[in-house]
Amino acid sequence: MTHINISALEVGQEIGSHTFHFTRDSLVRYAGASGDFNPIHYRDDFAQSVGLDGVLAHGMLTMGAAVQVAVNWVGDAGKVIDYGVRFTKPVFVDATNGAAVLVIGKVGAIDLENNTIRIDLSASSADLAVLGKAQAVIKL
Amino acid sequence: MVNPNVQGKKYPETAPYLVGREKVREFANAVFSTNPINHDLFAAQAAGYPDLVAPPTFAVLIQERSLPAVLSDPEADIDFSRVVHGDQRFIHKRPIVAWDELTSILEVESVKSLGAHSMITFKTEIMDRNKNLVCTAISTLVVRGE
Repeated sequence: MTHINISALEVGQEIGSHTFHFTRDSLVRYAGASGDFNPIHYRDDFAQSVGLDGVLAHGMLTMGAAVQVAVNWVGDAGKVIDYGVRFTKPVFVDATNGAAVLVIGKVGAIDLENNTIRIDLSASSADLAVLGKAQAVIKL
Repeated sequence: MVNPNVQGKKYPETAPYLVGREKVREFANAVFSTNPINHDLFAAQAAGYPDLVAPPTFAVLIQERSLPAVLSDPEADIDFSRVVHGDQRFIHKRPIVAWDELTSILEVESVKSLGAHSMITFKTEIMDRNKNLVCTAISTLVVRGE
């Protein structure tokens, strides 16, 4: 049950994009939801004491948000059968202004035999790629 | 340096984790999900699922429960204060849904060194009540050298 016609897709085609606005509230909310209470994600003094420029987003928050671009396109979170990323750069989240993370999804590969589509996601913050090799395989 | 001898080591199965509907909603909100099947029971059932569907990265909660055993294992010798998350992947046999009761077994898939740094890759198999595989979570941690 999907609106996607796999035979009409082309590799390289953009399937959607979204700018996520991370604030300190987002980080506290993700900490609570995930149970990852590492203070580098909410305490500037702690982040600086371990040599960071400031509080940074959980990599898993960036990963979890980025895949939503693919989920929204297919319309069913349960169809993402394989999703992997590399964490390349931290997303620093300013206490006042937060951080914007731009995610763009493109068709990376089409497998007609298995009825799967690989969506390649690019995610950047302050013009730096924050995820590498972010790929989500969708089973139609 | 992480001890390369732990490559292949398996850690004991974790205690069952019961996936709650409100936890699915809480996690879905935290990752900016607007997909109705993560939030609305009727939407999830209309899409053919028995209950709310967890977002694709929800399995990290189960993976996290399997990590303390290896991070505190003196044989592995991992200095957690120097750990950075390098890679993460989730391979799903089926999506996690509310009321799943999940256990996991972590295995050290590989230990590599890259100059002064170590890279340790874990494979966590997440199973349901019937011991059927639901998801394989693969995580690489980079342990920075002194």
